[in-house]
Amino acid sequence: MADLNPGEQIPTVIADELHIVYRVHGAKTGKGSATAALSRIVKRGEERGVRKVHAVKGVSFVAYRGEAVGLIGSNGSGKSTLLRAIAGLLPAESGKVYTNGQPSLLGVNAALMNDLTGERNVILGGLAMGMSREQVRERYQDIVDFSGINEKGDFITLPMRTYSSGMAARLRFSIAAAKDHDVLMIDEALATGDRKFQVRSEERIRELRKSAGTVFLVSHNNKSIRDTCDRVLWLERGELRMDGPTDEVIKEYEKFTGK
Amino acid sequence: MSETTHDGTVALSAAVSPDEGMTAAQLAAKYGLTVSGARPALVEYVRQLWDRRHFILAFSQAKLTAQYSQAKLGQLWQVATPLLNAGVYYFIFGVILHASRGMSQDVYIPFLVTGVFVFTFTQSSIMTGVRAISGNLGLVRALHFPRASLPISFALQQLQQLLFSMIVLFIIVIGFGSYPGMSWLLILPILALQFLFNTGLALIVARMGAKTPDLAQLMPFILRTWMYMSGVMFSINHMLAGRSEAFIRAMQVNPAAIFMDLMRYALIDGYGASNLPPHVWGIALFWSVVVFVGGFVYFWKAEERYGRG
Repeated sequence: MADLNPGEQIPTVIADELHIVYRVHGAKTGKGSATAALSRIVKRGEERGVRKVHAVKGVSFVAYRGEAVGLIGSNGSGKSTLLRAIAGLLPAESGKVYTNGQPSLLGVNAALMNDLTGERNVILGGLAMGMSREQVRERYQDIVDFSGINEKGDFITLPMRTYSSGMAARLRFSIAAAKDHDVLMIDEALATGDRKFQVRSEERIRELRKSAGTVFLVSHNNKSIRDTCDRVLWLERGELRMDGPTDEVIKEYEKFTGK
Repeated sequence: MSETTHDGTVALSAAVSPDEGMTAAQLAAKYGLTVSGARPALVEYVRQLWDRRHFILAFSQAKLTAQYSQAKLGQLWQVATPLLNAGVYYFIFGVILHASRGMSQDVYIPFLVTGVFVFTFTQSSIMTGVRAISGNLGLVRALHFPRASLPISFALQQLQQLLFSMIVLFIIVIGFGSYPGMSWLLILPILALQFLFNTGLALIVARMGAKTPDLAQLMPFILRTWMYMSGVMFSINHMLAGRSEAFIRAMQVNPAAIFMDLMRYALIDGYGASNLPPHVWGIALFWSVVVFVGGFVYFWKAEERYGRG
């Protein structure tokens, strides 16, 4: 946060004692058989068959305009869940998330429409994000070039189901990054791209930050966090374990994970 | 590791800020932040939806062309599917069961085909509507847009599918001696009303299907029951002749029966106004408006909960 004048800090995301609980149906009985399901229905045991997973426990933080915030923590520590809650895709059990405008979440699992061509996905994705037809037409070539999908032939006119996972992730990132977001959250999307694409997307993330946005990045790659983020939140078992400048937090995290 | 645990994280990040000491809610209010994922007011929701009109249209067209993209005959299935459907029903109900009672062959075949196509329009709007949210979770979780875009888009896709079927229908109707006349102009208001009705139903089942995906398994049975009750392959008037007047009227106000009868009345020369229940346009308008407005509000009420993991 060294490059920011404290007086100019404008919050874009505020998490206030956020708790998130998943309800998993039918996980408690251990038996997935039809008779078990039937007895659950007959006994009207809604609560009996439901198991609660407390994924995020009382997380609070304030993120400011122009910040790139990295999220680290071991698998299942609640990073992706936290991002989904910020994006407003998961309702909070208690506590609140306040955001400036509509945050956009970009994840590896965020499949677009696999039966449609890459071309259609670019157009539909742009329209769905609220771009006008003209804007989509203007930026279409940029998006395709950025994704690098067409570097090895005319792949953009093929259905997305024919893409490799890396290609699909690259296209998804390119679509989401085409628009200036107030708050953009990236969930391990950079891990799938090749080195060339990673460099390009890190550059784009920097640009997005300059256009007065806040970027959240989830990654297990400490190097890509170091390269892009100036602040890091460390989550462990759903609790915020540390919040501070990148180098400090990553040093502690590496000590913790025994690297 | 106890020295690295920071529980007072709010104080940590806000320490350099002049806003120190404010609660999260006060801070949010000061900078105009809003609660993430909150449901917009109904008017605002309609406006957002209007902003996405290009997306809704483009999505429905993309889905329509993608539907048969894996088939060798491709888009030919747009026309072949309804035609085969009509053929099967004709074979069973026209040839084997003689359900045509009271109607000549020249009237019965267009009667049957019109019924099948019009009912299929509603049926497939519901079937795609059930999976509009639950089948597109990837999209719902990836991008932000008013979720009603999806069921509306699927209903629009079915409308475009029906327009293909209408070409087949016109050829069949003309082939059996009903030529285009002024009454064919009624097709437009009928389709508009039925589209509104279908969209409302798609919105309702989309919300239910998002919460209970099992509905997609149950729906075909409900729809088949509805179809057999609606007089797709027989005339309610003739089949129920001798039953009480009230019973026949009750069967006739069924919205599916209303839309089918209106379309048959518009297209087929030998199917006169005597086959229509009284106040037929009023009933059609009632169903369309009530189901559409009701469905829209019902869907909107759960807007913030779609895509829940």
